[in-house]
Order: sequence, then structure tokens, then C-alpha cells
Amino acid sequence: MSASLAASLPRPRGVLLAGTLPACIFLVLALVPIMALSGGSYLVSLGSRVMICAIAAVALDLLIGFSALISFGHAAFIGLGAYAVGILSAYGISDALVSLPTSLAVSAAYAFLSGVVCLRTKGVYFIMITLAFGQMAFFTASSLAPFGGDDGLTIAARNTVAGFPLLRSDRVFYYIVLLCLLGTYLFCRALVGSRFGRVVRGAKENAVRMATIGFDVYRFQLATYVIAGALAGLSGFLLANATEFVSPAYMSWQRSGELIVMVLLGGLGSLDGAIIGAAAYLLTEEWLSGVTEHWKVIFGPVLVLIVLFARGGLIGLTRAVVRRFSRG
Amino acid sequence: MVEPALRLQNLRKSFGALVATDDLSLDLMPCELHAVIGPNGAGKTTLINQISGLIAPDSGMILFDGRDITGLPVHARAGLGLARSFQVSSILPGFSALENVALAVQSRAGSSFRVLGRAGAETGLNGPAMAALADVGLAERAHMPAGELAHGEKRALELAIALAMQPKVLLLDEPMAGTGREETARLVEVLRRLKGRFSVVLVEHDMTAVFALADRISVLLYGRILACGTPAAVRADPRVVAAYLGDEME
Repeated sequence: MSASLAASLPRPRGVLLAGTLPACIFLVLALVPIMALSGGSYLVSLGSRVMICAIAAVALDLLIGFSALISFGHAAFIGLGAYAVGILSAYGISDALVSLPTSLAVSAAYAFLSGVVCLRTKGVYFIMITLAFGQMAFFTASSLAPFGGDDGLTIAARNTVAGFPLLRSDRVFYYIVLLCLLGTYLFCRALVGSRFGRVVRGAKENAVRMATIGFDVYRFQLATYVIAGALAGLSGFLLANATEFVSPAYMSWQRSGELIVMVLLGGLGSLDGAIIGAAAYLLTEEWLSGVTEHWKVIFGPVLVLIVLFARGGLIGLTRAVVRRFSRG
Repeated sequence: MVEPALRLQNLRKSFGALVATDDLSLDLMPCELHAVIGPNGAGKTTLINQISGLIAPDSGMILFDGRDITGLPVHARAGLGLARSFQVSSILPGFSALENVALAVQSRAGSSFRVLGRAGAETGLNGPAMAALADVGLAERAHMPAGELAHGEKRALELAIALAMQPKVLLLDEPMAGTGREETARLVEVLRRLKGRFSVVLVEHDMTAVFALADRISVLLYGRILACGTPAAVRADPRVVAAYLGDEME
């Protein structure tokens, strides 16, 4: 029975693409520091920034793309993770073995506490209340006078790892960020296909049906919210180390909005899309802002066009192109 | 004396001035198929929604296996063994038929907080799901997205999902609604085969199906039980004939 069942399972279409596209993404990312050997420190730090953002975007895709939970306060978790690094190092604790778990725990705890309240609401109310919790973190950070308040807090040096200054080299740091992104991506991919992920995806399609077959949808969504929060905390930990600076601006609602745009731009519910979206957003921003200071005038309409005409985002566009080519 | 599988005690529910359930009491015996019939607006779906927990009654009590479940949320009732189907098909349209049912199996299997391993490939979940699909004659459609199934097939899928939960009590809200004559006959056949495995509350407009399947019938009118008894007794009851069956049986 089991063998015939497995055999009768249809092979999902585009299975080739599902494996090759992420492989290509990570290959390109791994090659950036090598290609930029001579004087490529700008590219390396830009690449790190893109990947750090991509970690948070992948986490946000878990919420928006797979759970239909449109969180408008996701940047708060990044900021909390970053502040954990900043505040600890202000007290002289600057080892990643302490600050990384702290970043994850602080962001997860805030996700849990806010999630308990937020997840009792639906739709627009959920968006507004996550925004409110995001702003709460933002204003709290702004009022932390001992830690720089509005101006932010400079970190003396990057975290050490068990005493070794492992993160000091930009290239090594780049590869550590790459590993974190790869780990995040693989974890989220496994999560989505697991028993847990299937319940979460089912609740997105029909929450009442899921309840009537016995699932406490709220608990599953809360767990997802906490996981996404913790992953954003990881992103914050890396961001603080990348810039050696933390500021309330990391948590502003504009940042949360940008993250939503990245996920939409890349294509909802595909994880690889979130990485592509983060890269496309930040690189376009970087490029356009070098061309003209009024870059937002160009960037805005482009985003509108993509959302309007490429419903699946950039990843949907890629799939459509590949399908056309493979048909010959 | 046998304990009823499900006991409704003095249930009352009103929406504004409309009394949808009016001091209603009903016992569902183990392995009994109890049909609830009545004209549109008699409060049948409201009753099912109160039993499954989607609506809270204003007053009264619901006992499941002797246990008070009036305050339990929907998922907890499902966990105890209370399954239901919906009048308007309520499925996961983007999931395959098999996955729709496998989720019900997974719910019973517990440990849904597992984050590793591909759920879609678990034979321990797919096997029983496949069996439930075969029970309702949907085995060949297993890998089709549920949203693309024909109407009658969606009704059958609803039933398969409920069966996969291995319920003690099954609430069926018009399982034959909108199906063709042939499909109705098939669903009646499926239900006849399953009868006796668990208790069933069957809300249905198709009187042929009701009289073919029911052990007992309750006739609902304005939220109250007008009559309750064997199909023969209900058919002969002059009040029932006057209020409802008169024109239905023509």
C-alpha cells in the first residue's frame, strides 16, 4: 500500500525550479566576496546587509505568505535583537555566545507577549495592532536615554565568538551571515512542509474547518509568530554587528513597511521569493539613490507596476519565463 | 440504562427577536442515526452550530458522553470525538483531497507541533486518509486539488474528512444539499454502510434519504421539537403532516 501510494503521488510541476532557483541564489551569494576580491569591501558589506534583511524577510513570509498574518510590526523584532547586542556590549558583555541567545530570546519573548494579544484579532485589526506594538518598541527605544535615546548607540566592536574576534573580518562576517540565511531558509522550508506547517497553511485556507477537525489554530499561529519573531531577532543580532550601531530607526514602521514590500516584491509564500525581494529592493534602492536623490519617485511606480502586473512577484515572473522557455 | 452519546438540555438561542432554538432537549443514543427535519428557518443549522461549538447557546446544557461541553471551544469538542460536515462545503480548496483528509488523521494522531519531516509523505497519515477517501468513493480523486472537485465530490470529501476523525458523534448538516439524484443515492449508500459505527445527527431535506436511514426522527418547528419518534410514528403524526410533511411527501 505504502509503496504504491508514494508512486501514485504526482510529481509537483516545476520541481526542478523549486530546487535549482534557491541553489542558484545561494551560489551567487557565496561567490560575491570572491568576485569582489580587489577593493570589494563595499560589495561585501552591501551583500551582508542584503542577506541580513533577507533573513527577516523570509521570517515575515512565514507570517504573511503561509499564515495570512500581515504583521506591520516586524521591524520591532529586528530592533530588539539589535538592542540586545548594543545594551549588552554597553555593559561590557560582547561575546556572541551570550548576546546571540539574548537577541533571540528577547525578540521571541516580545513576539509571544504581543502575539497573545494580536492573534485574538483578524484582518485589518491585526495589521493595526501589530503596528501599535511595533511603535511601542520604537518609542521605548527612543526614550532609552542611557542608551543613546533618539540618536542610537554606538557599539565599541563586533561581538567575539567564545573570545575569538571571528566577526572582525568583513569577509568572514559575510560568510557567517550567509550561513545564517541558509540555515533560516532551510529551517523555514522544512517547517512549512512539516505537520506543523501543514496546520498553519490549512488555517490560512480555512480556519473554521481546521478548528472543526480539532486544531487549536490560535496556538499554531502563536508558535509561528514567535518563530518569525526570533528569526527577526537573529537578523537584528547580525545587523547590530554589521553596522556596530543600533538606533530606534531600525524599528520604525517604515522599516516594517519595507519588509512587507520586499516579501510582496519577491512573491508571497515561496521563501526564495523573500530573499529575491530583499535583494531586489535594497539593490534597486542603492542604485537609484546613486542616480538621483528623487529616487523614490521612480521606485514607487515600479513597485506598483510589479504588484499590479506580476501577481506572484519576481518569483512568479521567473517561473512564468522558465515555463515559457522549457516549453520551447 | 444506556447513557446517551449526546444530550441536549433545555437549549435556548435567540438572535434579537428571533428565537432559533427554544427550550430544546434531545437525547442521541449510541450508534443511533437521528434525523432532524423541518422547514427552512426552523433552526436546524443553528442547532448543529451550537452542538459543534461555533455558536454559544444563551442557556441550556450540552452533554457529550455524560460530560458538560457547553463551554468548550470548537477544537476541543472535535478532539473529544465530535465531527461535523457543513451545509456549504467547507474544505481547504488549495490542498489535495488526500491532504484534506490526512489533516483530519493528523489531528487525531496528535503531535502536530512537529516541525521536521515532510507531512505530505507520511504513510501513517496518508494510509488512513486514503481509506476514508475510498469509503466515500473518492480514491481516484485523491491527488486533485479539493477546490477543483465537482460539487457532489466536495460533499463526499466533507464526509471523508469527518470519517477520518473516527468520531463518536457525527453531525451532518445537509450532506446531500445540491447533489444530483445519483450522488444522493451513493451518499445514502455510504451512510447506510457506516451506520452503527457511531452516532449521527442528520439534518436533511431529502425525505427519501431521511426515511431510508433514520432510526428516529425529530421534527423541528420554530426552534422547538414538534415530534420525535420512529420514522413510522413521525410519518403518521397528524401535527407533523400538517406542519411540514404534508407538502413534502407529495
